[in-house]
Amino acid sequence: MDQTFLAIVFGPCDKCSKEKPLRPVSVKSEQRSYCSLCVEMMATEGLHENETLASLKSEAESLKGKLEEERAKLHDVELHQVAERVEALGQFVMKTRRTLKGHGNKVLCMDWCKDKRRIVSSSQDGKVIVWDSFTTNKEHAVTMPCTWVMACAYAPSGCAIACGGLDNKCSVYPLTFEKNENMAAKKKSVAMHTNYLSACSFTNSDMQILTASGDGTCALWDVESGQLLQSFHGHGADVLCLDLAPSETGNTFVSGGCDKKAMVWDMRSGQCVQSFETHDSDINSVRYYPSGDAFASGSDDATCRLYDLRADREVAIYSKESIIFGASSVDFSLSGRLLFAGYNDYTINVWDVLKGSRVSILFGHENRVSTLRVSPDGTAFCSGSWDHTLRIWA
Amino acid sequence: MPCLRKMERMIVSMQDPDMGIKMRNQRLLITVIPHAMTGNDIVEWLIQKYGISEEESLHLGNLIVKHGYIYPLKDPRSLVLRADESPYRFQTPYFWTSTKWPATELDYAIYLAKKNIRKQGDLIEHEKDNYNLLHKRINHTWDFVVMQAREQLRAAKQRRKGDRIVIDCQEQAYWLVNRPPPGAPNVLEQGPERRNCHTTRVQLTKNMDYYKREIEYCRKAMARTRVKSSICLEGYIKFNEQYVPHDPIMSGCLPSNPWITDDTTYWAMNAPTVTIPTKLRVERWGFNFSELINDPLGRTQLLEFLKKEFSAENLSFWEACEELRYGEQSRISEIVDSIYQQFLAPGATRWVNIDSKTMERTLEGIKTPHRYVMDDAQMHIYMLMKKDSYPRFLKSDLYKNLLAEAIIPPETKKRVFPFMRKQRHSSPSPALLLPAGDAEERSRSPSTAPVPEEES
Repeated sequence: MDQTFLAIVFGPCDKCSKEKPLRPVSVKSEQRSYCSLCVEMMATEGLHENETLASLKSEAESLKGKLEEERAKLHDVELHQVAERVEALGQFVMKTRRTLKGHGNKVLCMDWCKDKRRIVSSSQDGKVIVWDSFTTNKEHAVTMPCTWVMACAYAPSGCAIACGGLDNKCSVYPLTFEKNENMAAKKKSVAMHTNYLSACSFTNSDMQILTASGDGTCALWDVESGQLLQSFHGHGADVLCLDLAPSETGNTFVSGGCDKKAMVWDMRSGQCVQSFETHDSDINSVRYYPSGDAFASGSDDATCRLYDLRADREVAIYSKESIIFGASSVDFSLSGRLLFAGYNDYTINVWDVLKGSRVSILFGHENRVSTLRVSPDGTAFCSGSWDHTLRIWA
Repeated sequence: MPCLRKMERMIVSMQDPDMGIKMRNQRLLITVIPHAMTGNDIVEWLIQKYGISEEESLHLGNLIVKHGYIYPLKDPRSLVLRADESPYRFQTPYFWTSTKWPATELDYAIYLAKKNIRKQGDLIEHEKDNYNLLHKRINHTWDFVVMQAREQLRAAKQRRKGDRIVIDCQEQAYWLVNRPPPGAPNVLEQGPERRNCHTTRVQLTKNMDYYKREIEYCRKAMARTRVKSSICLEGYIKFNEQYVPHDPIMSGCLPSNPWITDDTTYWAMNAPTVTIPTKLRVERWGFNFSELINDPLGRTQLLEFLKKEFSAENLSFWEACEELRYGEQSRISEIVDSIYQQFLAPGATRWVNIDSKTMERTLEGIKTPHRYVMDDAQMHIYMLMKKDSYPRFLKSDLYKNLLAEAIIPPETKKRVFPFMRKQRHSSPSPALLLPAGDAEERSRSPSTAPVPEEES
């Protein structure tokens, strides 16, 4: 007598993903493994042609492949090839010109005032300080009710600052020189997230703030009323950074997150218009190229990358075998020729954006470089570090 | 931490029999330690392997030592790489930061107990404190701790002196990394935990919705127009050519960079409103329309020009629309109404000339005013100024005169006594310039930078 044995496999069901004993079953003349419950359901419901998880998954994957093919079709030359005819950079010397001491703990974030010399910085111990970095004088200080103030920003008018962190909020403090007034008294609580605030930025005026959060979303807020104007959903994990586009129409911004994705958003509709996923780890920092046609990113995978928005692809990687620590913060020089990147190995690497090579390495900080911004007129850049100090380099 | 894995790969290649560091026996006082290398060896190897400078190699080597992958035999309490004949050894993978992390209280207690038993008073200050703290905290396991400590000491006695020293150093290095003394940086500190938002946990089940969204996104992305790389990348070359002379870090700035010479003349000469702008600044207005309109001085000049052409209302309209887009939510109706009255209503004093379709759409939209209701009209007027008025501006006498009269500041003469630092003058904070009430007024008008009075 013939006895046919049915081999039983145990694993994730191709339909419901649950770990169960599986049976082989034919779906659209393809072999699948379903658990017995799904087989029953399939038998009773009939075959829904395009609805099985497996077919969706393969459709998504094949579309992704086709998208990559489309992108690759127009990639006819590499950046460093085009850049061959550009003059190489000569000897590069930048030194620390100011050291700002005053924070009692790790400096986490900083931003420049439009007057090109004042800055605001925030630290792990909750202190937010406004400095005239030219004279190194501290002009204002406020203590937040939370620790790890990971985000701070200067208002375009120079009359207020915004900050937030583990309190899940973004608060705006008007800067006052009144002797009898305590800055904390006029504090406005603007943004409310359900997890830590990782980044914030004013738009073109003091009246709107854009925030990024560990809750996986970005949001646009009206400062006066605290009203949520638009929210941006799409990241699959914590959003760690954002930057507003310098474009003429002023309508988009880019964000980077722990899902290794950099996403470009339309501020008006809340939609994601472009997405890039080539990093191997968390994206800590994103910054637009001065023309607005591209942006750079810095990641825990120890690389910085340049993404072109019109070509819709990554066009350069800035990496070196000897650099193994994550890049925490990036910014361009005024002309976009240089990319300054602060790393978790306490150094700052200066990259030639066009040729892809490293121009210089700057030592000085005694712990991680956590934040880095070029001044509004491009005369210097400021770096903040876990060594409690900020440095101005020129 | 992806950097740890990379560091481990580095360590493995350092130990490669052919291409790695040449190890030999090192003499430590009277004992001979096998498989050791000098600090110099490490620095040299890194220079050769990665093509980096000695400074960078020393820095990288120091990080490797700080993370406990290489430890010093001489002066083992100090995890520092010295580029000399000091002996170093590779940490055993058992003690690698990535394998044993996070180190438990129990393990630490056993380690401290061993030290204490072996030689009374061998514990240093902070270790004594930790010992007492642990004794209190995990008191219920203390018998176990002491027993384990005694057992490990007994087993160690049966080893050769050389091996004993090595194992002691390995263990010590491990604890220096995992329980750094106060004041020493804690290389394992990470910052606030990431990936704790619920989206991540939900995302772990790649269900049908996730794939449907991916498919939707891919379809949209396939349909978008892309530009050839060669064209995009040419754009960077052109941009670079245009802007490098204006980049102070790349090309310096005249008279001098304030941060380097402590002389703020550069800022005074380039303040938002000056009587005579610099040549570079006026040239920049010719690069593209946004350079002109985003510079407060440029914008004033543009207004002058538009007045001559009787189209000044375009600029005013655009500014009013910016105020709407970036203004307070509560004032939207008010601003929309004001724009309508001034610029769009039939017979308005500053009526703007928009095409009829856009006008129709805008007037319809005004009935339910919102922040972006003027977008189409604003874009139309912006393009008009950009494509029509701007080219004429660049050819105008007004602009030509500006260029001719613009100044090129002379370079600051190098001071005879360079070590005498110039006094650094402070400047009034933008927050101070206007009384409190006006500060709010100012903060409403977008995009104009504050006007600090600079000392020349």
